[in-house]
Amino acid sequence: MLILAQFAIGLIFGLGLVIAGMSNPAKVLNFLDVAGIGSGIWDPSLAFVLAGAIAVTFVGYKLVLRRGQPIFGERFHLPTAQDIDARIIAGPAIFGIGWGLAGFCPGPAFTAMTSGVPAAIFVAAMLAGMLAARTIASRPVSVIGPATSG
Amino acid sequence: MSTATQFTPVASLMGGALIGLSAVLLMWLNGRIAGVSGIAVRLFPPYTDSELPGRAAMITGLVVAPLVYGLVAGSIPVPTITSSLPLLVIAGLIVGFGSVWGNGCTSGHGVCGLSRLSVRSMVATFTFMATAIATVFITRHIL
Repeated sequence: MLILAQFAIGLIFGLGLVIAGMSNPAKVLNFLDVAGIGSGIWDPSLAFVLAGAIAVTFVGYKLVLRRGQPIFGERFHLPTAQDIDARIIAGPAIFGIGWGLAGFCPGPAFTAMTSGVPAAIFVAAMLAGMLAARTIASRPVSVIGPATSG
Repeated sequence: MSTATQFTPVASLMGGALIGLSAVLLMWLNGRIAGVSGIAVRLFPPYTDSELPGRAAMITGLVVAPLVYGLVAGSIPVPTITSSLPLLVIAGLIVGFGSVWGNGCTSGHGVCGLSRLSVRSMVATFTFMATAIATVFITRHIL
């Protein structure tokens, strides 16, 4: 039952990305191209996607988190880390470079995967990069501290 | 190298609302943050819980979404990918590494984290927006 629900949740997320135009990296890159405002290439759509998503999530989370626990599960798994450490700057800084290079972040990359070989290659490389980060982060002796859930 | 795209405020707002709905449903049903990078990396061992099937189901939903959209709308939107294959590999490695290193990507930090008013997610979102904008500026206007 939960598995079917999670499939539906992924499907709704993906349909949202498709309808929003976000599975098209050209739209994402044109949003990031703020110097293209003058030439008309700038596409502010992504800001509307974020606004729509945050508006619904902000209100929805408030309602849902009033409950003691989720429908299927003992408790809500909310991130507990508070500190602004090196990883919360370095990770997103690195991620942003890759996002700006090809216009794909993880969700849209999965949703674009069936479009053909280029998107599938991106996803394969992305998964490899994810596993590399987790492997390095979970080394037993580490100077960068333990990985937190996110 | 830039392809013009059409500004779609209404469709993007509606699509965004669906993404938000999906995040709220996942929290309501399963108590989890809808962060795609965190869900994707946990598809692989070592496993720390028994939620692999649910995670795999959610990623499958993401992957088949354009096909379902095509069944209803009559045609599947085709993404415009202008990057070369080597660039896609490099960008993919960087996106994967950075999103897991920073405990989240556009969905986990940008949507769920900002909605929770998490300071870490605000820092993360500002940082990846800044480096992504800088990267596009360099590749499109300097190189």
